[in-house]
Amino acid sequence: MKFMPLLWSSLWRKKIRTIFTLLSVFVAFLLFGLLMTIRGAFSFGVDIAGLDRLVLIHKVALIMPLPVSYKERLAATEGVAIASHQTWFGGVYQNPANFFAQMVVEPEPFMKIYPEFVIPDDQVKAWLADRQGAIVGVDLAKRFGWKVGDRIPITGTIWQPKQGQTWEFNVVGMYDGAAGVDKTQFFFRYDYLDENRADGQGLVGWYVVKISDPSQAQQMGARFDAMFANSSAETKTTTEKGFVEGFAKQVGDIGAIMIAILVAVLFTMLLVAANTMAQSVRERTSEMGVLKTLGFSNASILALVLGESVLIAVLGGSLGLGVSWLIVQQGDPTNGMLPIFILPNRDVVIGGVMIVVLGLVAGALPAVNAMNLKITDALRRS
Amino acid sequence: MNFISQTLAVTLLNLRTIPQRLGSSGVAIVGIAGVVIVLVSVLSIARGFGAAMEQSGSDVRALVMRSGADSEMTSGLGPAEVDIIKQAPGLQRQGQTTVASAELYVIIDIPKIGTNSPANVPVRGVEPTATAVRSEFSITEGRMFEFGTTEVVVGRGASVNFQGLTVGSTIVSGQNRWPVVGVFETGGSIAETEIWIDTRTLQGAYRRGNSFQTVLAKLDSSQTFDAFRDWLIANPQVNVQVRREAEYYEQQSRALTSLIEGIGFGIAALMGVGAVFGAILTMYTAVSTRSREIATLRALGFNTTSVVVSVLAESLSLAAIGGAIGGLLAYAAFNGYQTSTMNFSTFSQVAFAFQVTPELLGMGVSYALIMGLLGGLFPALRAARLPIPSALREL
Repeated sequence: MKFMPLLWSSLWRKKIRTIFTLLSVFVAFLLFGLLMTIRGAFSFGVDIAGLDRLVLIHKVALIMPLPVSYKERLAATEGVAIASHQTWFGGVYQNPANFFAQMVVEPEPFMKIYPEFVIPDDQVKAWLADRQGAIVGVDLAKRFGWKVGDRIPITGTIWQPKQGQTWEFNVVGMYDGAAGVDKTQFFFRYDYLDENRADGQGLVGWYVVKISDPSQAQQMGARFDAMFANSSAETKTTTEKGFVEGFAKQVGDIGAIMIAILVAVLFTMLLVAANTMAQSVRERTSEMGVLKTLGFSNASILALVLGESVLIAVLGGSLGLGVSWLIVQQGDPTNGMLPIFILPNRDVVIGGVMIVVLGLVAGALPAVNAMNLKITDALRRS
Repeated sequence: MNFISQTLAVTLLNLRTIPQRLGSSGVAIVGIAGVVIVLVSVLSIARGFGAAMEQSGSDVRALVMRSGADSEMTSGLGPAEVDIIKQAPGLQRQGQTTVASAELYVIIDIPKIGTNSPANVPVRGVEPTATAVRSEFSITEGRMFEFGTTEVVVGRGASVNFQGLTVGSTIVSGQNRWPVVGVFETGGSIAETEIWIDTRTLQGAYRRGNSFQTVLAKLDSSQTFDAFRDWLIANPQVNVQVRREAEYYEQQSRALTSLIEGIGFGIAALMGVGAVFGAILTMYTAVSTRSREIATLRALGFNTTSVVVSVLAESLSLAAIGGAIGGLLAYAAFNGYQTSTMNFSTFSQVAFAFQVTPELLGMGVSYALIMGLLGGLFPALRAARLPIPSALREL
């Protein structure tokens, strides 16, 4: 640590060069933070998808409805903790650009299956008491400025009410959740939909089943599918995680694209930083000679050069990561297409490791060269 | 004259000595090439997707959906409504009937080639008039399916991207067995991702009774659209919305195209800033290793402008090389690359190919040159301002 002032002053030996090196590292890690966020956003919350939750969809396609009667048979199966259905409503609020997910659910089982959605107790009561009640995510409420008690009209696209085209909902509560939970959804009650839709009574979108033993997921899935085989609505069961993964894969391998870009960025920055370090050490050849004459060991010369390079990387890199974190705090810039827009902690840690690695690798060659320098050569070179 | 020849001499000297600074010049070239690759390839995704959607729409076709529906998927029309729509004025006629096809649009779960994971492949139930409505339709392999059977034809894009969609194979899904008898193309449009089947067969398979979802109709000419629409809107027996097909697809693709373009430009802009810093560093290094040479030149009487120009020329040529390499690599790696993604408004797959157009390549190279100019400017000014005596003393 006592060499810190020496490190610091050699860092600022050429101000402009150091500043631009810092800036390039800064930009590289700013990009790192943003690209990791985009990558996470396009995985649609697969990290928090429950392994103990199975999703049953119609075997032919997700859009084909299933009969509501399956619920009893699922609930009666051994190993099932709770079974409930959901339906995609797909309505339009004011105009189609205001896209967000509206889900038709059964409140009580729904809240048991998804403990990650946190709803205050009085709001839960209000929801159970109000047929037209809806629970909205806090991010969604913020987006449209909704408050508890607001009345929200939504135009049906798939399901038409018996009269007119508009469904009316009361916002009775809001749910919150940990980072990584999608807080942009709109949940309302199945009994309201079913009693008031013009057609399609008794049809639901898919089933979500919570099982008691997650290690049995595969076998349970196979058992469900066998139960409904050869019926008019055969099912296909996957874990919720598998279901979300499948959805993300349909969009395309955004993750791979982001990683490829990151590799290009970091590789370039590594070249830039290494080149600058090499140049900086070359200019100080005679200084290194003097240090060695003064009795600095080879190891401490190595440490000095590496320390300088790591210091630049850490200064620029942590600033870049920090700024990307600040930007991500502003939330999803696409108006609802990417509901889970956060910089995961895991990626912050990975970023920190990358910063140090970048510093070490960039400084390695110049440091070794400086270490192996012979005093006589070094002093003669000026 | 003297000035020009001076500038030329210094510039040539500079360019000829680039090989001596291979390391740092290489860094600048690689940095700029990296930015151009990312810019061009990300935008080629947006370009390819946009092109597939654009070619899908025609101005002489009108799409009729139930009012309130936001896509073909959510629309629904009864048989009586379909009959009325087909009799509306403004449509092209063939003999007694109008050229219009009442269709169903659903999705089916088929694994994607490569990821092996299920994908929502669109299935379109069509009437015999469908191919007359879409004059660009042609069978490239096998034959058209027979109406009244369960045979299907598949689009070229679907055949490439999803499993088991080749002539001779059978699509098995739930209790449906659909033999594939042909592959069709429609000029690169989104319909090439679809599976086509007799609409009556599909009604049975998806339990749609006698109902349809949309009517695609061929107009007499682009001008008769208003007459057609107004007549339907005014008709109390139907509750529909009418759009030009081109307009419909434009709106469907807007969200995704602008998302990709936003991400692409954003990333490229940030990377560009990083590359400019890289270029500045490179040129600073180039200038500072030669500060003695430059001072000597100026002591000999070369003017400062020629020194500035020579440094700028060097950085611009490095940038041009980087830009060209980046553009060519992006072209080689991605042009025509086949993939598919999800159209968020129908949750169904759209197959398309990346398109690295000459315009995108031009954009990439111009971007590289801008980076080179910015990167060279400060070091050039510094070289020009270098005080001669101290520079000569520098090592």
